[in-house]
Amino acid sequence: MLPESIEKNMSNETLITGKKAENAIKESLFLFTLYICVTIAILTLMTLIYDVLSTGITRLTSDYEVGLITKIQIDNPVDFLTTLDSRYPDRAGIGPAFAGTVWLMIIVVFVTFPFGTGAAIYLQEFAPKNRLTRFIELNLTNLAGVPSVIYGLLGLAVFVRLAGFGRSVLSGGLTLTLLILPVVIVASREALKAVPDTIRQGALALGATKFQAVFRQVVPSAIPGMVTGMVLGLSRAIGETAPLIFMGALTYVNYFPDTPLSGFTAIPIQVYNWIGYPQAEWRETASAGIILLLGLLLIMNSLAIFIRNRYEKDL
Amino acid sequence: METKETVQVNNESVFNVSDLSVSYGDFVAIKNVNMDITKNKITAFIGPSGCGKSTLIRTFNRMNDLILGAKVNGTITYQGVDLYDKMVDPVQVRRRIGMVFQKPNPFPKTIKENITFGLKVNNMTDNMDDRVEKALTQAALWDEVKDDLDKNALELSGGQQQRLCIARTIAVEPDTILMDEPCSALDPVATKKIEDLMQELVKEFSILIVTHNMQQASRSSDYCAFFTTKTSDDGKRRTGELVEFNETSVMFTTPDKELTEQYISGRFG
Repeated sequence: MLPESIEKNMSNETLITGKKAENAIKESLFLFTLYICVTIAILTLMTLIYDVLSTGITRLTSDYEVGLITKIQIDNPVDFLTTLDSRYPDRAGIGPAFAGTVWLMIIVVFVTFPFGTGAAIYLQEFAPKNRLTRFIELNLTNLAGVPSVIYGLLGLAVFVRLAGFGRSVLSGGLTLTLLILPVVIVASREALKAVPDTIRQGALALGATKFQAVFRQVVPSAIPGMVTGMVLGLSRAIGETAPLIFMGALTYVNYFPDTPLSGFTAIPIQVYNWIGYPQAEWRETASAGIILLLGLLLIMNSLAIFIRNRYEKDL
Repeated sequence: METKETVQVNNESVFNVSDLSVSYGDFVAIKNVNMDITKNKITAFIGPSGCGKSTLIRTFNRMNDLILGAKVNGTITYQGVDLYDKMVDPVQVRRRIGMVFQKPNPFPKTIKENITFGLKVNNMTDNMDDRVEKALTQAALWDEVKDDLDKNALELSGGQQQRLCIARTIAVEPDTILMDEPCSALDPVATKKIEDLMQELVKEFSILIVTHNMQQASRSSDYCAFFTTKTSDDGKRRTGELVEFNETSVMFTTPDKELTEQYISGRFG
């Protein structure tokens, strides 16, 4: 045989080592582990949703088969959303709590958006890069991680007592604003940071002032990201219970809050309250409340995703 | 332009640079630059990466002000005015001396808005439509975009985007245009278009262009400055220096310095 052909054979053999099969097993094992992790997460969520839906649906659908003992009063979403709380689980609606949550969200949006975006724009675009700025940035990140009850305590001291707003929906809204402000500022700064520097330079090179460059080019480009951050902040605020209870939100409210200084309750507080009653029927009412809360969260998160997808490709 | 008639001496200089050096903190990017830039000519800056060409061109419209820690020593005068004088407003400087960047950077808005932004911030809001058309025509882009002025500028091709950037720069009627490697992100066809455009624009504007492309410099510039980096004695620092500054035709045929000749012929750099 010629030496070349021998060499050739050898080199071919080195290609067939069986290594590939070995690697494939390792890979599939790894993938399998990942699938398990994902499945556990999804199954947990599904179980939760199934449990809540199957329990709470009684209060939201009229043709549900029930026992013969009592006629169910609340059996559709509209009634559930508009009826006052009651001593009887089948007559208890979430009206005041829903209204309270809407009030809270409106206050949170109107206060957080200007303050949050304002702070973010200042810190990201105008603040001198010095020790003080770094100190503020560090504190913002830490504030975003502070347990929410602490904000309740702060709200109680500042808004309820010091400012004299009482245990009102205004105090509640401002407390929640404090809670999500760091999150919104951080998200808005990220959105501003994502605007390429070439946009700033392009504007300045045309003779724009810093102010014009920031407010006419950079901020408009960052608005989708800022709004997304805002919506995600809101969806955190909507589920918060602890700070509101701490600052003194009421647990039983039998009226619709009509001014910012009205006493109020919110959906998660109401649900927490209902769950605490011993009678089994309250579980159904509470579940209906949870369904409402989940629905609101789903809508808000979808909105955030929609805004992101709709506008982000423009950059 | 009106000013064109007043230009009588062809060799009038627009920038005078003397003993200029630029540093970022401790790092000296470029030093000891002395040169006069001639009006209504194309002056090209060539040289290897890191030799401070881009840094230098950014001192001409004070874009270096935006970089933290950047410090300019020496003087650079623009039509007799010291650009780094305390009384000089960098915003006005940038309005008179436009800049086109390496990567096309149109604003993520419509084609029209890209032009009108500069007009608005400079209070040139009269006859906006005419101004938009004039700028786009001058930038040789009008015929391609006249029917979709409301289209998002990011939908244009890279070459069109760069011409749009040139259009928005000339729309605010500067005297000088700085171009920082305007063709490095473009294909040869688009590059050719920009080069042809430069020949048209130079009738009205003084043009400074940084380029890595030797052919581009030899094809399109009237004057050429060659920079290189010098490593310090301890070998830790590299500083840019001006090696040779001459008419392009002279530099590309009979360069004064050995180093220039080596660089131009591709033996180094």
